[in-house]
Amino acid sequence: MTKTGFIIANLFRKKTRTSLTLLSVIMAFLLFGLLQAVNVMFNAGADFIGATRVMTQARVSFTQALPMSMLPKIEGVPGVARVAPMQWFGGVWHDTDQLIVFAVDPQRQHDAYPEWVMPESQWKAFANTRTGMVVGRLIADQYHWKIGQKIPIASNIYPQKNGSKAWAFDLVGIYDGKDENWQKATNGIFIQKDYFDEANQFGINGRTNFFAIRLADSAQAQKVCKTIDAMFENSPDETKTQTEKDFNVGFVKQIGDIGLMVRWILFAVFFTLLLVVGNTMAQSVRERVPELAVLKTLGFSDGSVLGFVLVETFTLCAIGGLLGLGLATLIGIGVQKSAGGQLPLSVDWHVWTAGAIAIVLLSLAVGLLPALRASRLKIVDALAGR
Amino acid sequence: MIKQIVSIAAINLKNIPQRWASSLVIVIGLAGVVAVFSALLAMSAGFASTLESTGSKDTALIMRGGSQAELNSALLRDDVTLVKLAPGIRKGADGKPLVSAELIVITELLRKGDTKNGANVTLRGVEPDAFVLRPRLHIVEGRNFKPGLRELIVGRGVIRQFGGAELGKTIRMRGSEWTVVGIFESGDSHESELWTDAEVAQSTFNRRSYSSVLAALDNPGSIAQLKAALKADPRLNTDVQTEQDYFSNQTKQFRKTIGVLAGVVTVIMALGAIFAALNTMYAAVSARSKEIATLRAIGFGGFAVLVSVMIEAVVLSLVGGAIGAAAAYLLFNGISLSTLGQNFTQVVFAFKVTPQLVVTGLVIAMVVGFIGGLLPAIRAARMRVTDALRAG
Repeated sequence: MTKTGFIIANLFRKKTRTSLTLLSVIMAFLLFGLLQAVNVMFNAGADFIGATRVMTQARVSFTQALPMSMLPKIEGVPGVARVAPMQWFGGVWHDTDQLIVFAVDPQRQHDAYPEWVMPESQWKAFANTRTGMVVGRLIADQYHWKIGQKIPIASNIYPQKNGSKAWAFDLVGIYDGKDENWQKATNGIFIQKDYFDEANQFGINGRTNFFAIRLADSAQAQKVCKTIDAMFENSPDETKTQTEKDFNVGFVKQIGDIGLMVRWILFAVFFTLLLVVGNTMAQSVRERVPELAVLKTLGFSDGSVLGFVLVETFTLCAIGGLLGLGLATLIGIGVQKSAGGQLPLSVDWHVWTAGAIAIVLLSLAVGLLPALRASRLKIVDALAGR
Repeated sequence: MIKQIVSIAAINLKNIPQRWASSLVIVIGLAGVVAVFSALLAMSAGFASTLESTGSKDTALIMRGGSQAELNSALLRDDVTLVKLAPGIRKGADGKPLVSAELIVITELLRKGDTKNGANVTLRGVEPDAFVLRPRLHIVEGRNFKPGLRELIVGRGVIRQFGGAELGKTIRMRGSEWTVVGIFESGDSHESELWTDAEVAQSTFNRRSYSSVLAALDNPGSIAQLKAALKADPRLNTDVQTEQDYFSNQTKQFRKTIGVLAGVVTVIMALGAIFAALNTMYAAVSARSKEIATLRAIGFGGFAVLVSVMIEAVVLSLVGGAIGAAAAYLLFNGISLSTLGQNFTQVVFAFKVTPQLVVTGLVIAMVVGFIGGLLPAIRAARMRVTDALRAG
């Protein structure tokens, strides 16, 4: 019998126990995979964003709009390549779904965000259609919208001149992301700022919530931020300028202590799992003490007995772990299909890496004690059943 | 029969200490399940209780139609004047309608321990009647703001979660300095807010409008009267609801999200715990097979054996569940945290491990113990006495 065969045979000597342990490991890693994905969604969501843009908002809060008269001043700052205003619209679909709708200047948006990929003809149509709207691929897929349709979108903030909050826009383009990460972020909608300014009842034209600023040189980011903020200091419209990444992180952090909560759950799950698997392993070693003594009598070294037990644990954890993570991946895909851009949950390689590390740590933590015990066994005592 | 069950169960439970290591698996597994379940739902319960205690049934909140939240709503001065004169609104001691037109703006404060990203906090500009309309709000340190001055009073929750708003500090907003002159408690979501004079807020933030009007009702039935009157006025486009409805609607989404999360996590963890319990109980039964066979041989019934194994599993699970609930209570109860509310600002609330949650947790533990004990118990009861006695 080979060593591998020996380990497999050992693993299946008590089929019920092995399969039950395996099932609890699978459950634990299924949970681990899903929660880790949520964790990644909260924490590392902004990692792919480069340092090519900075965002300017009102210092007091981004809900306080800034005057458009700032735009040429900002564009004059050395190191700034292009400035794109973005005004929050408060879009609502069918009274229930909040949409991320911004009123933008089509050409400036195109220039400032080369990451959004769309045929030139559609960019042109956006610029030339006053009631035009372009949407991200995720949103278009989720609501089955097609180019050419007129889409009714309500605003929960701005009524039109006639007092109605039910707006409608012509869908003239669907944009994609330049790579996989940006594709996951195609959950936004853009409408024409000129049209919005003219048609809204409050007449808040000439104002915007943000300026997205594309830099000529990303090394200048900090300097540009400081220059812009210094320019408007002590005015009623003081600004806060930060890199796009910090801006996004700040947004996610608003959700508050949920990330912390997820970490607590992960910890509780892991602790529970450790004890369950650890106990089972300890028990199976205990039962096999006489056999291990026989192995040693036959001439197997302490080291190889230790190895047998460790490899057995590792096999159990690895099979269970991989199955659990696989299951989590499938569920993640299912969630993404049904919830679309609302919940970009994906069990990707970040999660798998963390899962792999967890498998190794877990097998060491639960396998080491029984394995050491097995290797330190005194043959005489063990055979005598002491 | 009952005597038999009691005596076997007693034997089983008494010798648990001898095999504590494997019994511990059930206890710890269930402690984990119940702790996570209780902690998650305690968060949801705390959030709900903070918001739901905010609203009262005999005050009405009036916003622009279709706004969903105060933040999105804008009522012009003329609208507010019309609203204040509507029927169904109670008169105050001075004979004028008891109402407060309020303006919400968002400001940023740094979360304690954070130096970079500001968190959104509500700044509420109020009229004097606001304090009459919210009788539970009282100032605990310092004094109230003086109308016309850039002075703030700050909720206790803000002080707990965010830095830079302590008594006597100045906060810079739109190029001007505001002094914190008082700290208030209200036991509801207003504790997560900064309050000041409505007109000062309007002039500083360059707004001509208000966000909402809060009005005392003649009696709880007057809401319909007020609603009808405002709807009939062609100059107005408003949504009218009781303050309580407004706030309890806000908790729905959060409760749903947390409920789904807690559901998924609990089900998966409970499945894991069931497998672990099965493992333990199978081991316990097989280790005791000789003993069980002996009992059967001297006349104990199969059913008594079955029930006694189940009792052991359920007792261990309940002990685990109780430990888990206690851990959740000790670790989390009363701990303050904050998340985004409807106005896109932080709502500060505390974990609330309610007795109801503890009971539900224990029920879950019992169910897991029951399922985990059932199969091994059947195996124990069906064991063939002769084989078991001969084995080992």
